[in-house]
Amino acid sequence: MMPAPRPLMRLAAWLCALALPGLATAQDAPRSGYSYMEPETQALQDDDFLNPGFFLVDQGLALWQQPMGPEGQSCAGCHGAVETAMRGVAARYPAFDPAADRLMNLELRIQAEMAGRMQATPFDYSAPEMLALTAVISLQSRGLEMRPEINDETLPYLDMGREIYETRRGQLNLACLHCHDDHAGERLRGDVISQGQINAFPIYRLLWSEAGSRHRMFEWCMQSVRAEPFARGSDEFVALELYLAQRGAGLAMEAPGVRR
Amino acid sequence: MTEGSVPVARRHGHIRWPGAAIGLFLSGAAAAGAQSLPPLTEVAGDPARGEALLRDMGRASCLICHEISQLDEKDMGEIGPLLDGVAERYDAGELRARVADARTLNPDTMMPPYYSLDGLAGVARAYRGQTIYSAQEVEDVVAFLLTLTDEAAQ
Ligand code: HEC
Ligand code: HEC
Ligand code: HEC
Repeated sequence: MMPAPRPLMRLAAWLCALALPGLATAQDAPRSGYSYMEPETQALQDDDFLNPGFFLVDQGLALWQQPMGPEGQSCAGCHGAVETAMRGVAARYPAFDPAADRLMNLELRIQAEMAGRMQATPFDYSAPEMLALTAVISLQSRGLEMRPEINDETLPYLDMGREIYETRRGQLNLACLHCHDDHAGERLRGDVISQGQINAFPIYRLLWSEAGSRHRMFEWCMQSVRAEPFARGSDEFVALELYLAQRGAGLAMEAPGVRR
Repeated sequence: MTEGSVPVARRHGHIRWPGAAIGLFLSGAAAAGAQSLPPLTEVAGDPARGEALLRDMGRASCLICHEISQLDEKDMGEIGPLLDGVAERYDAGELRARVADARTLNPDTMMPPYYSLDGLAGVARAYRGQTIYSAQEVEDVVAFLLTLTDEAAQ
């Protein structure tokens, strides 16, 4: 599935490129999508009582405590309070899981918890319950720096994600990079293009009138250039997610975000 | 393509490209630097149809990236140059070459190829094997672009 881990040299080259501005592709300092939003949209995100994403958080909190599977286990039963158990977790995902021998994002991790330890039927990748659990878990990283771990295991995924990010696709023949690196801050029809950062997910998107995951957003962008999107939860999208997390490393996590 | 890699003059259309005008074909004979393309059909383009098409958001509208001041549209994009007076800068053949496949002028362009399948990858099933515009639609849009004179922009 994935190429074999590359020698440490590759890792060193990557770290070097990231440390020296101008060598990495994202030349501009990372900037949250928040800073490109209208003040009214920012105000919605700023106020936990107005922020529509908080419905998800409430729902997620209930699910965290809900008994599931034949033994009636709950996430809280093993982990305790979500506030302490999940502090900082979302900020360092996607992460490599040695048992599954693959890179996992939060959704895949939660599915593995349910199918494995709880012997429950996992929520679908795109189920509202899944979105709610990722929201409550991501909230526990709010204000912390997004920073995935780059090591021998994750490096091949990072390369794969970068390649996807830079490859032209679809009938409109565009790569993520064309919009989010080359034209951030400029108007594309009614939208101001941001850097395409993922620090605020799950986001409540006004255009959708509902919240959505990182992979739903990737899918939307690919569809808008008339490309065949990768599947949500696929290796391709998880690799792309890792690349974006690394590209935006240092940004403060802000879930649940609100976007236009 | 970084900001710096597209010369400002080119973005605003002041550079005229050298070389003979050669016909381009969907086959991939498109030579980099080719600047002009003969009519794709026998039927002259219809500017009114061209305008409607160019404004149709369901058809990869040019207005995603370009502004044309005389159009009563809000939220026009600013990725590509303003198209006001574009008929003063280019003739029909040059406009056609740009609409059909802007990569023949700038391989790093962000402008989608409206009438070429060359090198496309990962196209969504619903659009596979199809160009964005038909040959006649290219003619219609070019006919509309030719109405964008300085006078029209007043
Ligand atoms: C044609 C231009 C275009 C391309 C190509 C494109 N996007 Fe986007 N993207 C947008 C627009 C417009 C938005 C909504 C406004 C914004 O936040 O930038 C957006 C939003 C996003 C966001 C949400 C940012 C936030 O702060 O919530 C992410 C993440 C994203 N894109 C990732 C990608 C990825 C990954 C790709 C490549 C698979 C991609 N985009 C390709 C135009 C594009
Ligand atoms: C039977 C006990 C048990 C149950 C039930 C359980 N977990 Fe876990 N979970 C663990 C253990 C043990 C680990 C691995 C040790 C660790 O990382 O804390 C873990 C790891 C995790 C991780 C990774 C943490 C990290 O630092 O990478 C997440 C996220 C997680 N669990 C979420 C959940 C969620 C959400 C639920 C409920 C749907 C759940 N868990 C249910 C025991 C459990
Ligand atoms: C995704 C963005 C995008 C879309 C959509 C787009 N263009 Fe462009 N266009 C550009 C860019 C960027 C340039 C600047 C030259 C370059 O980079 O190739 C350009 C250049 C042009 C030029 C040359 C202008 C000059 O003054 O030199 C014309 C004419 C043009 N486009 C017409 C169109 C038409 C007609 C459509 C719709 C059928 C269209 N464009 C759709 C991005 C776009």
